[in-house]
Amino acid sequence: MTAALGAGQRANLFADRHFKWLVIAPSIVVLLAIGLYPLIYTAIVSFQQITMAEENTAWAGFDNYGALFTDGRLWLSIAHTFIILAIALPIEFVLGLLMAQLFLERMPLKQVFVALLIIPTVISPIVAGSTWRLMFDQQYGPINQIIGWLSGDPVIILWLARPEWVYPAILICEVWQWTPFMFLILLAALSNVDRSLIEAAEIDGASFWKTFFKIVLPVIKPVVVIALLIRALDLFRIFDIIWAMTKGGPGTATETISIYTYTRAFREFETSYAGAIAFLVIVLLSVIVILALKRVEIAK
Amino acid sequence: MRATATYRRARVSRKSRFTAARFFVALIVLVIFLFPVYWLFITSVKSSSEIFARPPVWFPADASLGVFGVLFKDGDVWAIYNSLIIATTSTVVAMILGTAAAYSLARFRTGGQNLAIWIISQRMIPPIVIVFPIFLLFVWLGWVDSYVGLILLYIAFNLPYVIWMMRGYIEDIPIEVEESALTDGCSRWQALRKIVFPMARTGIFATTVFTFIFAWNEFVFALILTRTEVLTFPVLVTHYYGAQSTFWSKIAALSVLGTLPVFFAVATLQRFLVRGITMGAVKG
Repeated sequence: MTAALGAGQRANLFADRHFKWLVIAPSIVVLLAIGLYPLIYTAIVSFQQITMAEENTAWAGFDNYGALFTDGRLWLSIAHTFIILAIALPIEFVLGLLMAQLFLERMPLKQVFVALLIIPTVISPIVAGSTWRLMFDQQYGPINQIIGWLSGDPVIILWLARPEWVYPAILICEVWQWTPFMFLILLAALSNVDRSLIEAAEIDGASFWKTFFKIVLPVIKPVVVIALLIRALDLFRIFDIIWAMTKGGPGTATETISIYTYTRAFREFETSYAGAIAFLVIVLLSVIVILALKRVEIAK
Repeated sequence: MRATATYRRARVSRKSRFTAARFFVALIVLVIFLFPVYWLFITSVKSSSEIFARPPVWFPADASLGVFGVLFKDGDVWAIYNSLIIATTSTVVAMILGTAAAYSLARFRTGGQNLAIWIISQRMIPPIVIVFPIFLLFVWLGWVDSYVGLILLYIAFNLPYVIWMMRGYIEDIPIEVEESALTDGCSRWQALRKIVFPMARTGIFATTVFTFIFAWNEFVFALILTRTEVLTFPVLVTHYYGAQSTFWSKIAALSVLGTLPVFFAVATLQRFLVRGITMGAVKG
């Protein structure tokens, strides 16, 4: 056994310049290929006028970007995305927290329950969306049936065909799939809170809420921030669930940024215009992501 | 003494009543969350008259696996096979490349914090905005609707995750163990093979399974880059949504087939779930 090494020796052992770049090089090449190439390409085509009909590589200046501002459908899709994000994220967080509190202390079959509860989160979002499409079917799905029992009269709600019902339907699916994610993370975070701190506060007569906000929340805050960040980024690019349930419909009622970009790029083949949308999203998001990552624990 | 014992007994019984109440509420929560999964499973085994029965049937009387047989006979299970090939291959390659890069980041701090942040930020970009140039490139290379195209894309897409997770797991291994091996005359490769890989094996296992699940469930890339030859199972599920008739039983059956591997994966992963889904931010 070798004695503990001095700082100089350690630096020596892990100062192999060739080796360290050699093993990371393949990954960097791959990441540049999908990280940088699309960025440059998108930036270039967004200043041209390419559509499926004509391969017009003439420069269009900022025409495409100018068109973004007057594109009502784009701004609506951004609004839809943020509506879903603003409603789903707090609900998932609060429900996840309540469930974590429920499961925090010892309970028979706790491990089995937790394992089963996590199922929605790990299945494919397409499967999740399809499942809820079955559930919400106005004639053959159980949701209308259950509402009918509760209200006493048979109801036929056209969940996925009516603009006023389609958002509750999508949000229920989204919350169902991702609340367990929040739950699992918060359960782990709450389990790591020092029990003696909470007991001391209780002995001092602090209320449950006071204990929670003054003692528990500060301890779990770093974890909460990461969980919210991961979910917010996922919600920002929401595509699969909506695609499976409505494909953005009825009409364009549930079109999100991702779905709208897909439509312009792959259904209408407006290459340059889609490029402008994509480039805008990449730039905005990169700035937000890098600022956020530098602030939170995940980068340490 | 007696008073204390009574008091304690009262406390215990109040506590156990409280636990019973919590257990009851937990059971309700569980039923609510699992009911849609149950509905998916029973839809896949219902006869078509039961699927289109009003009111809906909650307990199928003549359950059969007939539609699974149809999926096999018609060749629809090819989508599962495609998913398996693509997810497995891309996972193996991403693990090899990613673990090597993670070792470099963990032990040499290669590129400093900025390189690490750049790598993880690649994971955060919405797939839809990068897939368009990739699509045009693949058209040019003739890679649309081929295994190689989708596999390469999944490798690239999952690399940041693998690097990030494996960096954490390698950092968990005390550096002193490796140092003593190196100073005792092991080559770098021997130290990796004899010390690092065995000590990181649970991390390698958990990261492999998660990477596999991500590739298995992925939809946007597969939707855009496949046509007929290498359809993955989530894409085929959406193909069943016709304009007029919807093949509920096929949708449900293929979804069930596509969900089973994930069930088994999660069952093996209990201890690593939290760390895996938080990109290592929470050690669980």
